[in-house]
Amino acid sequence: MDVVDLSRLQFGLTAMYHFLFVPLTLGLAVLLAIMESVYVTTGRTIWRDMTKFWGTLFGINFAMGVATGITMEFQFGTNWAYYSHYVGDVFGAPLAIEGLMAFFLEATFVGLFFFGWNRLTKIQHLFCTCMVALGTNLSALWILIANGWMQYPVGAQFNLDTMRMEVTDFFAVVFNPVAQAKFVHTVSAGYVTGAMFVLSISAFYLLRGRNRPLALRSMTVAASFGLAAALSVVVLGDESGYTAGENQKMKIAAIEAMWHTEPAPASFTVIGLPDQQARETRYAIQVPYVLGLIATRSLDGEVTGITELVDQARQKIASGMKAYAAMQVLRRDRGDAAARATFDAHVGDLGYALLLKRYAPTFTDATPAMIDAAAWDTVPAVLPLFFSFRVMVGLGFYFIALFGLVFWRASIRRLEAWRPLLHVCLWSLPLPWIAAELGWYVAEGGRQPWTIDGVLPTFLSASTLTTAQAMISLAGFVLLYTTLAVVDVFLMVRTVRHGPEALEPPPVMPVLTPRAAE
Amino acid sequence: MSEYEVLRLIWWAVLGVLLIGIAVMDGFDLGTAMLLPWAGRTDLERRVVINTVGPVWEGNQVWLILGGGAIFAAWPPLYAVAFSGFYLAMLLLLLALILRPVGFKFRSKLADRRWRSVWDGALCAGGLVPALVFGVAFGNVLQGVPFRFDDTLRVTYEGSFFGLFNPFALLAGLVSVSMLLLHGAAWLACKTEGSIAARARSAGTAAGLALVVLFLAAGAWVTQLPAHRLVGAVMTDGPSNPLSKQVTLLPGGLMANYAAAPVLWAAPALAVLAALVSVLVLRNGRHAVIAFLCSGLAVAGVIATAGLSLFPFLLPSSADPVSSLTVWDASSSRVTLLIMAVVTALLLPVVLAYTAWVYRMLRGKVTTDSVLRDPHGVY
Repeated sequence: MDVVDLSRLQFGLTAMYHFLFVPLTLGLAVLLAIMESVYVTTGRTIWRDMTKFWGTLFGINFAMGVATGITMEFQFGTNWAYYSHYVGDVFGAPLAIEGLMAFFLEATFVGLFFFGWNRLTKIQHLFCTCMVALGTNLSALWILIANGWMQYPVGAQFNLDTMRMEVTDFFAVVFNPVAQAKFVHTVSAGYVTGAMFVLSISAFYLLRGRNRPLALRSMTVAASFGLAAALSVVVLGDESGYTAGENQKMKIAAIEAMWHTEPAPASFTVIGLPDQQARETRYAIQVPYVLGLIATRSLDGEVTGITELVDQARQKIASGMKAYAAMQVLRRDRGDAAARATFDAHVGDLGYALLLKRYAPTFTDATPAMIDAAAWDTVPAVLPLFFSFRVMVGLGFYFIALFGLVFWRASIRRLEAWRPLLHVCLWSLPLPWIAAELGWYVAEGGRQPWTIDGVLPTFLSASTLTTAQAMISLAGFVLLYTTLAVVDVFLMVRTVRHGPEALEPPPVMPVLTPRAAE
Repeated sequence: MSEYEVLRLIWWAVLGVLLIGIAVMDGFDLGTAMLLPWAGRTDLERRVVINTVGPVWEGNQVWLILGGGAIFAAWPPLYAVAFSGFYLAMLLLLLALILRPVGFKFRSKLADRRWRSVWDGALCAGGLVPALVFGVAFGNVLQGVPFRFDDTLRVTYEGSFFGLFNPFALLAGLVSVSMLLLHGAAWLACKTEGSIAARARSAGTAAGLALVVLFLAAGAWVTQLPAHRLVGAVMTDGPSNPLSKQVTLLPGGLMANYAAAPVLWAAPALAVLAALVSVLVLRNGRHAVIAFLCSGLAVAGVIATAGLSLFPFLLPSSADPVSSLTVWDASSSRVTLLIMAVVTALLLPVVLAYTAWVYRMLRGKVTTDSVLRDPHGVY
């Protein structure tokens, strides 16, 4: 493996690891705000105890999220230095705004959430909880604006003098349709994760017949919140956003293993075995019209197939090579008007020419076979995308069914009457994480071979490191992260087993608030 | 002055403010964590020490995150070169920083002696390693770092990991460690009482004196260091491409700005005086808040001293002087600097306001009683 592969592996592992904690933080923060709101409005202390108990689990998870998040922020610079140089002008801004607007908010108020119960009024404490929830959601918004730009790089242009992409329209970056779709989809997925977490652990208590008041209430809240979130995650699934960009078209074609354009509306392959070498899908079971309807939201919209998209890529490579040649002329003589005109006409395809660098570093000896290979490089790995997407969507529908069922049982107050349902709830605990990780893979694996769609290939984005350096850091992260994962799960399980009653302060101690002591 | 030039100067100042913000805000909890094994002798005392920073360290650490993000947004080449060049040092920093959130959160969850002492060690290392790495990084920046750009502005770093730990850089690392020890000790002196506070005061005294001595020694050494200076016509509002300037190596070049503008001596003077006042107040035993404010000013003075001597350089290159990053050729575009300046001007006051509110709500000392009263609610 070379430095690029090792860096990809490290980024993928650390990002997916970070993403084990993020969805739960997103969902639990909102659930905590809901529970505490009920406490503040009704004054019933059971709701305060619920907030504290789920808050303890939230805290363990939050610490892991923070710990693994720092790595993400720094890794662009450590492992993807050329990427950082090439797009930092655009990509850095949403990350910085995330810190300023969102992470400060959640991290500053989360301290008072844990330490403020005896120091704040009820309203003040609820305010802190809401600020934490708001902060986590704003955080997701800005991160996904940054990520959305990688998928669909709007509002920026290549600058010849600085050899990088620069912002031309910041509002286009912020209101990127892909980013908006991703935000709603990801945050909803987080809510589903939080809801399932509460649902499963409550089911565990009900199955054991303990902590019933807390578990019944928690389950009702989780089921209603989870049902709304699960509907939102599927209905507002971000496939609609995929049609916006060119590589997004490739992503859709790869997800659906659609090797050739079909007459609209395209049929949907429910299941099959995509074969990237042969460029066909074996044993395909297809449903007519459905894909066209989902992907284009119309009867006459065409979904472009992989082969046709590769043909387009081949043309773009040719166009990009013209821009590259003109760039070489312009770097020697800025006044060359003809070169300037050629450059301006073709600069949009410059990224496609960069794909060729793998085969012909100087471009002068590029053969048609090389161009063909580079064009086919624009196709991501079809098989894992095809199956990841299908499992994720299947889980999405499963969540709607499960939350719907529990919601109905809760509304007729028969939650405990049918134990198999409680067992199903308990064993469904890992499913939202599986769906979230698969969704992450579909979005980012489907972006390959680009770091910035159509602009910068992944293999050019990495830092100039030695293999040894990359291996040391990869080993360091794997070792530390694995250790922490074991400790984290151990503490989570322990906290759940001991239950809310273990969090009560010891009865013999005088209960004095610092305020009263002053 | 053109708009682009002004924006670059503003962002140079913001960079300084952020670095000082990291060292002042995150610095006191790093210092507190370093002092943990000595300031707290019993388990209960250690919990007191941890809980002085327990509710606030998370918000403090955002200064570091924001620092990284702001350098990425405003100085992309600096972000790319520094983070990839100091690769293994950065890894060390990251691994140490990862230990902190989990260390704080997990340590007191089990009443097991070995469990707790392992996490105490992790927290202490999580304070020491970042403090040392930051200082060592500064020491290397002052001397110049071996990197060069090719004509596509791809950076190659030519130094080694162990090369970072050269004598001057280690001295700078010790300045950083003693500075944050003083700052953390002053914080502990404010937030605790009795024997913990007494230990913090004596640790702070030693650290403060060490800081003054080491800082002056580093200053004397700096006068001997050769440093890059810009020559020829300097374009302050040109495109951000480092390769289009001329640079010369000047013995004692880091003193040039102080010779040109003697008012800048205020920064090193502030560092020394504030550290000494902080020590005196700690010795006196009362008004620890003043000691903490002074240690914060000392931190600001030390960082400002380094930044002012480098200006307009951000990251000089020892391998290829032309590749050096300066304020005039390593920034984001005018549009990005402008947008980020507006966003920062709007949001930073809000952040400071609610941070102040949170600290107000958490005012008062942390005592063994307050830990015993709510053993599951605190760390």
